[in-house]
Amino acid sequence: MSDYNFAYLDEQTKRMIRRALLKAVAIPGYQVPFASREMPMPYGWGTGGVQVTAACLRPEDTLKVIDQGADDTTNAISIRKFFERTAHVKVTTHTAEATVIQTRHRIPEEPLTEDQILVYQVPIPEPLRFLEPRETETRKMHALEEYGLMHVKLYEDIARHGEIATSYAYPVKVEGRYVMDPSPIPKFDNPKMEMAALQLFGAGREQRIYAIPPYTEVVSLDFEDHPFVASKADHSCELCGADNAYLDEVIIDDAGERMFVCSDTDYCESRRATQQEDAA
Amino acid sequence: MDTTLTGGFVDAPTQAADYFRAALGVMAKPGSVAAFHGVSAPGLPDAATALLLTLTDPETPLHLAPSLASADVAAWLAFHTGAPVADRGDAQFAVGRWDELLPLTDFAVGSAEYPDRSATLIVLCDALDHRPNTRISGPGLKAPKNVWLPDPVLMQANHKLYPLGLDFLFVSGAEAMGLPRSTKIEVL
Repeated sequence: MSDYNFAYLDEQTKRMIRRALLKAVAIPGYQVPFASREMPMPYGWGTGGVQVTAACLRPEDTLKVIDQGADDTTNAISIRKFFERTAHVKVTTHTAEATVIQTRHRIPEEPLTEDQILVYQVPIPEPLRFLEPRETETRKMHALEEYGLMHVKLYEDIARHGEIATSYAYPVKVEGRYVMDPSPIPKFDNPKMEMAALQLFGAGREQRIYAIPPYTEVVSLDFEDHPFVASKADHSCELCGADNAYLDEVIIDDAGERMFVCSDTDYCESRRATQQEDAA
Repeated sequence: MDTTLTGGFVDAPTQAADYFRAALGVMAKPGSVAAFHGVSAPGLPDAATALLLTLTDPETPLHLAPSLASADVAAWLAFHTGAPVADRGDAQFAVGRWDELLPLTDFAVGSAEYPDRSATLIVLCDALDHRPNTRISGPGLKAPKNVWLPDPVLMQANHKLYPLGLDFLFVSGAEAMGLPRSTKIEVL
């Protein structure tokens, strides 16, 4: 006998979240309001993602949780333990073995399949929020498809920096209709959002849920003369040698020495394991 | 024998989780079919029963088409879900045969600012594998797919309202197929 209802949330709450999720799937990129609950973790630690994951989990699921690509950071480990304890699901660090992956700010390097669900933790779901603080106004702008302000912001980037300097939370247009915040993933990950897996987004403090069904058109906003570039550090991983993976710059000693390593720890580890096998 | 009390969830958290994932799957992949076994209500297909148990509660006004407005069905749903029975215009969910749910214009399609405030229709069909009369494409579909729909022309009109519109779950026996408003409809 467990001390918690399956996956922590009560059934009434899960039904409310599930109804919001179905509407979110039916209107890709539109932010569905939902009655976000207080979770046993602070806002900013993935309360939205955790609620979406709780509403989706089945007992037979295998869960993976990543924080900036890493399986072994505090946030990722805590959420994994939370669901081990409240839902008794299997957990894994291997992308291919997971049926549900909750992520903070990265998309795994390994392509996902139709049988997987990717749940994003979202801090500020409204892409127009820093341009227009009033919810009444941004709601109207989405209703009228009035996205000129976003292009002005990207244009100002070009005017000041000579290029679009926005490097994360890079706005996308979903299925030609809604401009959407992909959560603070690096823009390197934007092209991966047209994927086989279902993507669900949960913003706990801001009480919004949105979704991208498999194979939905996701276009990063840009200009004809300044096309979108999925940039990354101009190095290869110093541990596994990958030159097509997103890299973290890590300071390794007091003298300011740095190294570039894969941000996706599972990707890097499995590559190194294969290399060791090949060498042996 | 009174069947009001039996046939519902035995283990609500896990059964609801399974049914929801199936429902999420068919809505995210329009035209795909999932099976819902394990619950039964008098006078309702099992898939419709499972969807109602999973998604409705005292917060969701539910419209029952005339053929389902019998005392048995209403009492069963009242006991197991507590969903208040509502008129077409107020309903968040509606269940019935296709001809009973017409005209679709009676149901809420949401507003420009809140397109999510729209009804989800659970349509009872004889079968889902009739000869395809519609080619669907759009979100959730890697390639266009041929499916059968009760009235492709009306579904086309529904898609034209996008991002407003109704969302559909077509059920037959224990099977359900999803069709959200985002799906593009081509009449074959």
